[in-house]
Amino acid sequence: MRDKKQKINSVKKLKLIANMIRQDVVKMLRDAGSGHSAGSIGLADIFTALYFNVLYHDPRDPEWNERDRFVLSNGHVCPVLYAAMAEAGYFPKDELFTLRKVGTRLQGHPHRTSLPGIENSSGPLGQGLSIAAGMALVAKKEMKRWRVYAVMSDGEHNEGQTWEAAMFASKFRLGNLTVLIDRNNIQIDGYTEDVMPLEPFEEKYRAFGWHVIHVDGHNIKQIIDACEESKAIYERPTVIIAHTIPGKGIPFMESLTEWHGKPPTKEQAEKAIEILEMEKNSIEEEQ
Amino acid sequence: MKINKNMNLAEPLFGDLEKAPSRDGFGNALAELGEKDPDLWVVTADVSESTRTHLFQKKFPERFVQVGVAEQNMAGVAAGIASCGKTVFCSAYCVFSPGRNWDQIRVSVCYNDVPVKFHGSHSGLTVGPDGASHQALEDISLLRSLPNMIILSPADSEEARKVTNAVAGIPTPAYIRTSREKMPIFTTEKTPFEIGKANVLADGDDVAIFATGTQVYQSLLAAEELKKERISAAVVNVHTIKPIDEEVIVKYAKKTGLLVSVEEHQISGGLGSAVSEVLTSKHPARLIRHGMHDQFGESGSALGLLKKYNLDKDGIKSVIKDALGKR
Repeated sequence: MRDKKQKINSVKKLKLIANMIRQDVVKMLRDAGSGHSAGSIGLADIFTALYFNVLYHDPRDPEWNERDRFVLSNGHVCPVLYAAMAEAGYFPKDELFTLRKVGTRLQGHPHRTSLPGIENSSGPLGQGLSIAAGMALVAKKEMKRWRVYAVMSDGEHNEGQTWEAAMFASKFRLGNLTVLIDRNNIQIDGYTEDVMPLEPFEEKYRAFGWHVIHVDGHNIKQIIDACEESKAIYERPTVIIAHTIPGKGIPFMESLTEWHGKPPTKEQAEKAIEILEMEKNSIEEEQ
Repeated sequence: MKINKNMNLAEPLFGDLEKAPSRDGFGNALAELGEKDPDLWVVTADVSESTRTHLFQKKFPERFVQVGVAEQNMAGVAAGIASCGKTVFCSAYCVFSPGRNWDQIRVSVCYNDVPVKFHGSHSGLTVGPDGASHQALEDISLLRSLPNMIILSPADSEEARKVTNAVAGIPTPAYIRTSREKMPIFTTEKTPFEIGKANVLADGDDVAIFATGTQVYQSLLAAEELKKERISAAVVNVHTIKPIDEEVIVKYAKKTGLLVSVEEHQISGGLGSAVSEVLTSKHPARLIRHGMHDQFGESGSALGLLKKYNLDKDGIKSVIKDALGKR
């Protein structure tokens, strides 16, 4: 039983969904009054690829046993996760605007037992890869067909636990594990290569025994193709280094570290929505 | 002191009892549980023999996961496995787990609310010659403030067996604290055990000793000798530190008006604090917290260290006599 996939192949349709998700994230953060803008918006294309093409999942049956497991490690970008989930039908879109408010299921960082469809609570960086690897180990030992996908930030590779988990996934030959890294080159205190250099990043993963793919993190087709490629790699976990622009699509946010941890004001949100509406119109005009 | 017959303790209680480290009871129980439950997994961090998980490994290599010296990853991997419908035992020395992976226990395990059962072996001073760096005297304190966490501290190998079986059957995170040193097995298969219900091993009128882990038997020995000095001491085995048995604490606060907590742990944050919190809010009474007084241990034999830090029967006796003004 693997027919529950909500699979959209039209790149144009996917781009429109990504645009919608960006707009939702802007509005959610505006209403919440706090939260992480740049990373959430920069990940819209990756989450669109995952939730509308790559993942086997069923928004009406979030606990479906045969679902692919999706682990978000850098929980602070959860606005994009929530927006993608609402768009996919996990919960009504109105609920997006309860983000970070008292009594909400949409906690400021994801909470597993609050919202069906959330596989792991996260927030403190560096913990997700271990959880994803544990899940993939079960799937491998029990010969399950489901796979494990994880999204991580680049900055959280400063955490030692990430590398403990990278060794582990390689030791157990977790070919059913695909990790997407949001390589946006930014962390709270500045550029990753200034704060704590990660390069040569690819070589590090290769040395740990991983299969490495680079993609343009805003090219949905490339993201989907890379995920497909990872399925064909046996006995080795795959890392997809997705090169992204934080705040992508909203020029006044793009690549500025100051947008890592703050929400747009009402005026900035209005401006952002205006820009995204223009982008939407131009996508619609594409062939 | 009047021994509670309903506890079915070993006889003769103060005779030459068989000895074993409590980690043995854990390891044997785990290997048996593996037979009954095909969804039980074990994760360890390069200490399989000394935590006794190698017994499980031999029988169920497919469900045994070696993560190497990486306690943070161990907790995360265990959480991932547990979220797939498995019960996971996660075993290491208590100085490293929860000592080194508290954040992972907090978020990946407790906040996720998945059934990962941490086993911390080599607790307390009785680790002995390895010295202070390896003597966990803070682990209970670290975990007691975590929501969803249950904390168990068995008094001997037999109780460790029961504890292990009991936590395997509950759906929440848990912590089992065991010791390395061989200690008398003074409980029996017939001794009752229920999570959260402390065992009154002996009744008494003048003072009530609330002890945990290796200190329970030392407290019984102390109470037996105090009898000769006309001091009647009750001995309560607090095998569950969280949730603490409030009822029995209040009962003895009313009955004796003087309580002494005894543990191989810092006096702040552990059993003593837990008892104190109950007394403060439910029935104020005098409590002497006995254990490690904001200090590290040192190298030495297990019994030599218990003696030096007043955590053997003589030390416990002197603390009680001081408290009663009878020295």
